Amino acid sequence: MIELENITKIYRMGKVEVPALRGITLDIKQGEMVAIIGASGSGKSTLMNIVGFLDKPTLGRYLFDGADVSRLSDNQLAVMRNKKVGFVFQTYNLLPRASALSNVDLPLIYGGGGQKRKRAMESLERVGLATRAKHKPTELSGGEQQRVAIARALVNNPALILADEPTGNLDSASTAEIISIFRQLNQDGITVVMVTHEMDIAEQTQRIIRLLDGKVISDEKVA
Amino acid sequence: MKFIESFTIALRSLFANKLRSSLTMLGIIIGVSAVIAIMAGGRGMENYVTSTLEDMGTDILYVTPSNPNAPGAAAMAPGYATATLTLDDAEAIARIPSVLGVAPTNENFVELTFGDETLASVIEGTTPEFKDLGYDIASGQFITERNVASRDMVAVLGSETAKKLFSDEDPLGQKIKINEKRFTVVGVLSSKGGAMFGFSLDEIVAVPITTYQTRLFPQRTPGGEDAVQSIGVIVSGPEAMDNVTADIETTLRNRHRIDEDEKDDFTIVSMEQMIGAFSDITGVVSIFLAAIASIGLLVASIGIMNIMLVSVTERTREIGIRKAVGAKRRDILLQFLLEAATLSLIGGGAGIAFGWALSLVISIIATLAGFPLQATLSPLHVIIAVGVSVFIGLASGIYPAMRAARLNPIDALHYE
Repeated sequence: MIELENITKIYRMGKVEVPALRGITLDIKQGEMVAIIGASGSGKSTLMNIVGFLDKPTLGRYLFDGADVSRLSDNQLAVMRNKKVGFVFQTYNLLPRASALSNVDLPLIYGGGGQKRKRAMESLERVGLATRAKHKPTELSGGEQQRVAIARALVNNPALILADEPTGNLDSASTAEIISIFRQLNQDGITVVMVTHEMDIAEQTQRIIRLLDGKVISDEKVA
Repeated sequence: MKFIESFTIALRSLFANKLRSSLTMLGIIIGVSAVIAIMAGGRGMENYVTSTLEDMGTDILYVTPSNPNAPGAAAMAPGYATATLTLDDAEAIARIPSVLGVAPTNENFVELTFGDETLASVIEGTTPEFKDLGYDIASGQFITERNVASRDMVAVLGSETAKKLFSDEDPLGQKIKINEKRFTVVGVLSSKGGAMFGFSLDEIVAVPITTYQTRLFPQRTPGGEDAVQSIGVIVSGPEAMDNVTADIETTLRNRHRIDEDEKDDFTIVSMEQMIGAFSDITGVVSIFLAAIASIGLLVASIGIMNIMLVSVTERTREIGIRKAVGAKRRDILLQFLLEAATLSLIGGGAGIAFGWALSLVISIIATLAGFPLQATLSPLHVIIAVGVSVFIGLASGIYPAMRAARLNPIDALHYE
């Protein structure tokens, strides 16, 4: 599903060039559940942004479902973000003034298609938050907010969920809840790629990719 | 993304910042209401002047002296024009077919005195036909042919003049002084309504034109005859206007011995032309005032742009979230543009209502002050005001909206 060939990303800070990724080559198959770990500054988030169509690589090739997506226009990338992936962030990134339901149907506004309310409700049910549909983010716990964010990621039925430190701001009980939701989604056939720096969370996936200074230093199956 | 949804998003975000939205709208409200009040007031003024002139009669032509050597409208200015018309000219015009009557008139400002009471007034030196210009006699009689022939010291008072000078007393038979000369009041006119340049048409005093010429304000033509300032010509109907105008021209050119290659030493103006000229003037004045008032709209649009820029910065993270879930550049652009347009559209609507109310208040004050002005708001004004409001919203929203649309989603998401 995801084929990365020599992906390189260089940020320019004035005259200094800062390489964030130095030639990443990876294959992630449909249905996998993968953890990406590494120290901060190792390039995990940059990699996630490129895989999630939020950013473009400076060099290299990115094939998604066999199609080259490394040179798409901004508008085409927006469509890919809307239809193909669901993104879950560490800080939830919900609209503070909108209800849970309105947050979940946000991708549908930009993606089109009918029955927005119904599909958003179904998505909320999937993460067990149907009863909280009318609540604003400030009225929800951190774990609940992250579940709303997952519901939003699911609403367009993407084949891939990308999660960037999804449990970084959560207590252990909520963390366990979120991880079990991801495992359930993976069993339903959705590919899950998760960035984390906690080994015990990474060990609940099937495969751990370790980054250091913008390079893959190990890639192994979880026993 | 559908338009309706963008509009809903825009409304929601305006509602979320009620105070800020309403303060921003205030600029538009003030600007639009100033323009609307001025346009409605201007239209009211135009209607007022038009109806005043129509009160004076529309089947009337006025012949006045003019200086053939002076350029354009200056030819009719009192300083330029030499006295060229006489009572004989008026009689000659009276013989033209379709002319029902002529009212030669001399006009000036005078001081009236009765006992201790003094009054500034407009005097009309004229003939019996004057009352055909739209006056009726309330009591006594009007100036007669005999009065004119024998230059009698008799006066007919306008209804307001009589009221101010005599209060409840009966003016008939009383002696008044006009510029220190004694006249006997023989009649009072009934109220006509209307006013010209602040002087009520009922605040006049009429005397025989011959008396005016010899006893009050003597003025002679170059030929040595007594001069007439203007000749009102009452025409049988609108259809005869053109023929009568041509006949008057021929008659007067013959009488004044004007060669074919020389210009007229008189001007013929119809009431229609005067109405047209006044409408033009009030129209230009109100457009000019509206242009000044629209400076307020310019200030308002800078206000909108300012607020939209603040709003884009404040909502950088929201923009990032929207982009992360698939919003395209034009979706974000549309959202912020619609927000600015909605802001100014609502402001414009409120401004129209407020401006209309303002112009009604102005009408009431003007009416109390003696000018029966009726402010008039035309649908065209409303359409223009709404269009201008939306245009201002779009024009001042486009730059902030483009900045929002151009934001990079990752940077926007990490904005604190």
